[in-house]
Amino acid sequence: MDPDNGVSTLEPATSGGTKSLRSSALSHRWGTAFLLTPPLLWFFVLYVSSLVLMLITAFWSLNGFTGNVTHQLTGANFHQIASGSYPAIIGRTVLLAALVTVTDAIIAFPFAYVMARVATQRAQRLLLVAVLLPLWASYLAKIYAWISILERGGALNWTFQHLGLPSPNLGFTNGAMWLTFSYIWLPYMIVPLFGALERIPGSLLDASSDLGASSWWTFRHVIVPLALPGLVAGSIFTFSLTLGDYVTPLLVGGANSTLIGNAIYQNLLDGGNLPLAAALSTVPIAIMVAYLLVAKRFGAFESL
Amino acid sequence: MSQSAVEVREVVKRFGDNVVVNGVSLDILTGEFFTMLGPSGSGKTTLLRMIAGFEAPDAGSIFLQGEDVTARPAHLRPVNTVFQDYALFPHMDVVANVEYGLRVRKVARKERRERAQRALDMVQLKGLESRRPAQLSGGQRQRVALARAIVNEPAVLLLDEPLGALDLKLRQEMQVELKAIQRRVGITFIYVTHDQEEAMAMSDRIAIMNGGVIEQIGAPRDVYEHPATPFVARFIGTSNILDRGGKRWSLRPERLRLSLVDAPPTGDDRAPGQIQDVVYLGMMTRYIVHLDSGADLVVVRTNEGSDALSARHAPGDRVMVSWHERDAVVMDHALI
Repeated sequence: MDPDNGVSTLEPATSGGTKSLRSSALSHRWGTAFLLTPPLLWFFVLYVSSLVLMLITAFWSLNGFTGNVTHQLTGANFHQIASGSYPAIIGRTVLLAALVTVTDAIIAFPFAYVMARVATQRAQRLLLVAVLLPLWASYLAKIYAWISILERGGALNWTFQHLGLPSPNLGFTNGAMWLTFSYIWLPYMIVPLFGALERIPGSLLDASSDLGASSWWTFRHVIVPLALPGLVAGSIFTFSLTLGDYVTPLLVGGANSTLIGNAIYQNLLDGGNLPLAAALSTVPIAIMVAYLLVAKRFGAFESL
Repeated sequence: MSQSAVEVREVVKRFGDNVVVNGVSLDILTGEFFTMLGPSGSGKTTLLRMIAGFEAPDAGSIFLQGEDVTARPAHLRPVNTVFQDYALFPHMDVVANVEYGLRVRKVARKERRERAQRALDMVQLKGLESRRPAQLSGGQRQRVALARAIVNEPAVLLLDEPLGALDLKLRQEMQVELKAIQRRVGITFIYVTHDQEEAMAMSDRIAIMNGGVIEQIGAPRDVYEHPATPFVARFIGTSNILDRGGKRWSLRPERLRLSLVDAPPTGDDRAPGQIQDVVYLGMMTRYIVHLDSGADLVVVRTNEGSDALSARHAPGDRVMVSWHERDAVVMDHALI
C-alpha cells in the first residue's frame, strides 16, 4: 500500500472546526444507535432469548401424574432421546438430509455453471427466473404435485408401465421423501452456487489453461475450490431445511418416515410434553453447529 | 529451427460487426523484446490473446517456432502469459501459484520446489512463499504472476499491460527489472502496452497498432526518428505535421530552433512566424509559433544557462523557426 494514500485531510483548521466536527461525530454516533436498536432488540429479545428459554426447558421434566411441567433441572429428556425409537429417527433424518444435500449439489452444480459462465445474459436471466419461480408457489401445492406423480396410479408408474418397465411404486416411502425434498430445496442450492461461480474472474480460467491445464484439471483445481463457499452455503440450506421439516414426511412419507420434526410435533401437540420436545429440538441445532465447524475446518469460509 | 519465435500471418478477428484485428502480419524473432503499442481498442490485446490461444482468429494463421498453432488450444501452446489483473489463484499460496504449471505437467515434487525457488529468487520474493495473494501488495502480486509464468520456461512470454496497475515509481523500477530478467532468461517477450515511454524504454522493436492494423514496426529509435505515418508521429512523442510540396512532413518540437527574424540565414530550412504562447516547464520551455504560412508549430527548447535567448521570447514576438533538413521526415503513403 502506498502510505501517501492514508494521509488524513480532515485536519480541522480552527477550534470552531473542531467543535463542529466533534458534534457531527456525536450525532453520527446517535444515528447509528438509533438505526441499530430495533434489529438488535429483535435479535436478542425474540431470537436469542427464546433459544435460551428453549434450552432451559429442555432440562425440565413432565410430571407423569399431573401432566404439569416440573421446573427442576434434569437430564432425563436426553436419556430418553438416547434410547427407544429416537436414535433411529435421528439417524434417518440426518441420512436423508445428507442424501438430499448431495443430490441437490450434483444437480445444481452443472445447472449453476451453465447459468453463470455459459449462458448469454438473456438466457441467464430466464434461467434465474425459472429457478426462483417455484419458490412463489405454495409449498403444500408442490408436495401435493409430487404425491400425484408418485402415487400408485400416478404419472411415474404410468410412464414406467408404458415403457414396459416394472412400477417403482415410490408413493409414501422414504424414496418419495428424498425426491420431494430434493425438488423443493433445489433453488436454495442453485442460487448461492450460481453466485459463487459467477464471481470467479474469467482471467483465472484463462490463466489455468495458459499454464497447461486441461478443462478437467481447471474444474477440479480452480472452479470447485472457488465455488466451495457457495456449495457450503447451499448445503447449509438444504441440510437444515430437511433437518427441520415435518410436513413432507406427513404427506409423502410412509410408515417408517418419521423425522425429528415429526417427533417434536408429536411431543408438543399430541403428548403435550414440552420439555421433551425442547430437548429434541436441540438435536438439529447441535448437528448444524457440528456441520458448520467441519465446513470451517475445510476452509469453506476462507474465500468468502 | 526457424529464426522466428512467432509468426502472425494475415490474422483477422471480428467481434460481431466490429473488426478488431484487420489482417495483421508479424515476425517476432527468438529472444526479442517485442512490444505491441497502441491506444485502447487498437487490437493489441486481442492479438496477444490470439497468440496465447484464448481467442481464435477468424482468418489467417499463427505459427510458434515454425509450427502452425492456429487451431491448438491454449493449454497445448508453449507460451505463458502475465495477465493485466495478474489472475493469481486466490485459494493457493505463493508457492502453489508458482508451481501450478509444473504440477499440471507432472514435474516431480523436488524439482518443482527447486524451480519455484529459483523463479521466486529471480523476482526477489524470497520469504513470501506461504502468503496468499490477498496478503500481497500490487507490486508483489505482479512479481508472483511473472514467476508463475517464467518458471515454465516458455518459448514465448506474453505480457498484457503487466505494469498498468502499479504507481509510476514502481512501474519505472519494474521496467528496468523486467528488461534485466528478459536478458537473463533469454525468453522472447511480447509486451502489450499503451504507454509509449514504457515501450521505448524496454523494447528491441515496437509495433505501433491503430484501428486493428500495424502502422509501423521498428526499433524505438527508428520509429521516433522516422515515423511512417502521422499517427505514429503523434503517438510516439509529439510531432508537428506539416503539408509542404504535396508531401506530409513530421518535425519533432525539440529539433526546431528559434531566432530573431532579422538573424542571418544559416543554410537550414526556415519559416517566419509569431510567438503565440510560451509555457515554462522547468527543464524546458514550450513555444507555440503561428507561422505566416498558416500552420501552428510546437517548439521545445531546454532551459540551458547558455540559451539566453529563451528568456527573451515572449508572446507576440516575431521569430524565425529553423531546422536541419535531415530532421524533417517525409511520411509515406498517407498523402501520396
